[in-house]
Amino acid sequence: MGHGFTSTREGVSAHLDPAEAGVLRSLVASMVLDVVEPGETGDDPLERALRIGPATEPTDPVLARLFPSAYADDDAASAEFRRYTEGDLRDAKRADALTLIETAAAGRVTLTTEEAQAWLRALNDLRLVLGVRLEVTEEIREEMAEMGDDDPRYPAFVTYEWLTYLQDTLVQALW
Amino acid sequence: MTIVWNDPVNLMSYVTYVFQSVFGYAREKAEKLMLDVHHKGRAVVSSGTREEMERDVQTLHSYGLWATLQKDG
Repeated sequence: MGHGFTSTREGVSAHLDPAEAGVLRSLVASMVLDVVEPGETGDDPLERALRIGPATEPTDPVLARLFPSAYADDDAASAEFRRYTEGDLRDAKRADALTLIETAAAGRVTLTTEEAQAWLRALNDLRLVLGVRLEVTEEIREEMAEMGDDDPRYPAFVTYEWLTYLQDTLVQALW
Repeated sequence: MTIVWNDPVNLMSYVTYVFQSVFGYAREKAEKLMLDVHHKGRAVVSSGTREEMERDVQTLHSYGLWATLQKDG
């Protein structure tokens, strides 16, 4: 495992070995890009022009977490908000994921300010997807200690913890 | 007003950083709000007109925070 991000004169920077860069790119591709489809709009030309999308909360728990309802106690207002924002939000998440995939090369990775923000959000989206699928809790360290390394879930939890470390070092390097 | 809810994935450092970048809050205020979210399960992070709050919620969703809008009171 590498040493995470540090702040340098050229920008935030990390060293990724080839396996780390490959895992990162393939996880973001399969867990974020393949899950978050481009913003959909209806067949109506006016709705397409205004980028109006679906109004209902996604049934998949991963998508429901990435695109939560905006009003906890008002379904109609949530539906209206979703119709006008979810498409843009999907496209923004895909753009962040693509930036990470394009810049996560093996060796020394140095990010511009904009790329670093895209990495922050993309790493977080990836951890949200994995976190929902693995049903992680705030007691993840204790859970991992209990399950032991022969548990079939263990490698996924280790990967999740590595992503947590990478994201945390990126935040610290940007402060 | 805009409310952020606790969840087990978002890092304490990341949530603090997002409150600073999105709202321009000082580190101390951002940390206090983050700790409120963490310990009380939720915190009011901004207040204003409905349009302003909808913009804040959309921005927070782009950062993956679990944010909702609520009318005052």
